[in-house]
Amino acid sequence: MSFSPTDLPIAAASEAVTRTPLYVIIGYMGVLFALGLVSSRLFRGSSKDFFVASRSIGPFMLLMSVFGTTMTAFALVGSTGKSFSLGIGTYGLMASSSGLIHAACFFAVGLRMWSFGKKYGYVTQIQFFRDRFESKGLGYLMFPILVGLIVPYLLVGLIGAGNYISGVTAGMFPDTFSLPDKVLPNGKEIPNPLNGSVPPALTGLVISSVVLFYVFTGGVRSAAWANTFQTIVFMIMGLVGFLVIAKGLGGLPEASQKALEHASEKTAREGLMTPAHFMSYMLVPLSVGMFPHLFQHWLTAKSAKSFKLTVIAHPLCIMIVWIPCILIGIWAAGLHAAGELRVPPLPNGDPNPNAVLSAMVKTFMESPLLVGLFSAGVLAAIMSSLDSQFVCVGSMFTNDFVVPLTGRDRFSDRQKVWLGRGFIVLIVAITYVISLFRPTSVFSLGVWCFSGFAALFPIALASVYWKRVTKAGVFASVIATAGTWVLFIYDALGREAGKQWFGVTEHGEYLIAGVMPVTFICLASVLALVGVSLVTSPPGQKTVEKFFP
Amino acid sequence: MKKHSLVFLAVFVILAVLHQDVWNWNKTSLVFGFMPIGLFYHMCYSIAAAVFWGLVSKLAWPHRLEAWAEESEEEGAGQ
Repeated sequence: MSFSPTDLPIAAASEAVTRTPLYVIIGYMGVLFALGLVSSRLFRGSSKDFFVASRSIGPFMLLMSVFGTTMTAFALVGSTGKSFSLGIGTYGLMASSSGLIHAACFFAVGLRMWSFGKKYGYVTQIQFFRDRFESKGLGYLMFPILVGLIVPYLLVGLIGAGNYISGVTAGMFPDTFSLPDKVLPNGKEIPNPLNGSVPPALTGLVISSVVLFYVFTGGVRSAAWANTFQTIVFMIMGLVGFLVIAKGLGGLPEASQKALEHASEKTAREGLMTPAHFMSYMLVPLSVGMFPHLFQHWLTAKSAKSFKLTVIAHPLCIMIVWIPCILIGIWAAGLHAAGELRVPPLPNGDPNPNAVLSAMVKTFMESPLLVGLFSAGVLAAIMSSLDSQFVCVGSMFTNDFVVPLTGRDRFSDRQKVWLGRGFIVLIVAITYVISLFRPTSVFSLGVWCFSGFAALFPIALASVYWKRVTKAGVFASVIATAGTWVLFIYDALGREAGKQWFGVTEHGEYLIAGVMPVTFICLASVLALVGVSLVTSPPGQKTVEKFFP
Repeated sequence: MKKHSLVFLAVFVILAVLHQDVWNWNKTSLVFGFMPIGLFYHMCYSIAAAVFWGLVSKLAWPHRLEAWAEESEEEGAGQ
């Protein structure tokens, strides 16, 4: 089978195509609405129930909600696109290392923080840090930084969903959503591959609204329920979709053989990444130890034993989701090189990595019903992260900003819940508007966001293992992290390639001295934390006794 | 630190080192006819990580911390 690029199915968007996949997706949204209504009946109306589900979540739901929360567009749309451009090394960069490091964070840090949360009644991460470091001001410093780091994470979801759905619905609405022809950098004019597709702005609006609905009705309990359901959906549909795509390509061996023949470099790592680059990625998964939304899920655990299943099964769950995506990515690279797959291009003419998965689904999955179910699975992965992040920003605003500022009794419990909801809407609206203007690689954006959280992880680790760490050390570490992160992200994204101050961009990766910027951001964070802690007064004995029982 | 914990810490470091499989860097052969060997190695690595954490959970579970947290709940957030 060989096509000229403009004859390929995804390019034939001027013809009206079946809308069945879209109807399936709409049906799935209806199921989520129903789930929101059911879980709202269990909502007890208190802020404790809204923010930590009254600490009643058991092992299976904890695994599903924690895993679902860590898997977003980054895991499905992003990993496929990254594997398309960077090959199989993508799995080692993020997935296998996460299997080791995420579980380590859950076991070594998560369990301890859960115990302090249970013992002292914490609802948010910042409440814990405030007490542990005897500083109200630390909360005011960390609140905008953590919210600021969550915004790119939310963006990953909205951009990933928008790109995926526009790819998979191409040609469905040629009159309503017509797009002008695309002019490539070489001057050639081609029909817009996304003509007649649902615009990303509409997708973002719909999924944000659905998630807001079920989060508003039942808070973190709804999020946990929806996460469990959605994680099961995306794991099953991911595997089914993978096998169907493989069948469409003539079988697993034939699909990989095509990659080996036409894009053999993607089946290894030589020339695409160096060992130093690969190794430095291992710092990125440390981010889970500082995700405020994950902290909140830890606090929902009924008992410490609830963590056991999460710690053990998390590496396997990652494997089940990522291996198919990586293989689909390298198959796509082989097909693209052979001229058998068209991937909608970026403005510079290069294939859009965010559109690789939808191009493969659209081209090699014949059943519209299956395309719809698989697409629902992709949205499930995305929404299962958005919900936790939404609840988290609301609880941080209420508990870490409003309550410390106005006093515990200024607002009633119900008013606190509504304050949280209001702030969620504000942040979602801001993120939504940004997503309209700044589409970028889901994988890269995710890595930047994770790098910031990873560099704050030494604070979390020190808080539970190092008695000598001080308030001043933590302030210095947070400032060092924020400063270097902003500096490097500006250098990477705000300055032209070749004119960057610190690093260079190779294969779409911004590297400083051959390693990921997270290396230097973490280094700055650790040096500041340790250095300043050692020269400032240690914390009071009462605090040490409270947190080192 | 207990003996178990030290052993597991050492195994953790070994696993972190084994993640850097430079010996697979330029190999393109396919395992089972479809899985690039570098990807297969890291798939096995994920399984090894799960087994490792299974053993840690069984043999080095922080029972004392668990008991401390369960003994009386919710003393109230400080500031």
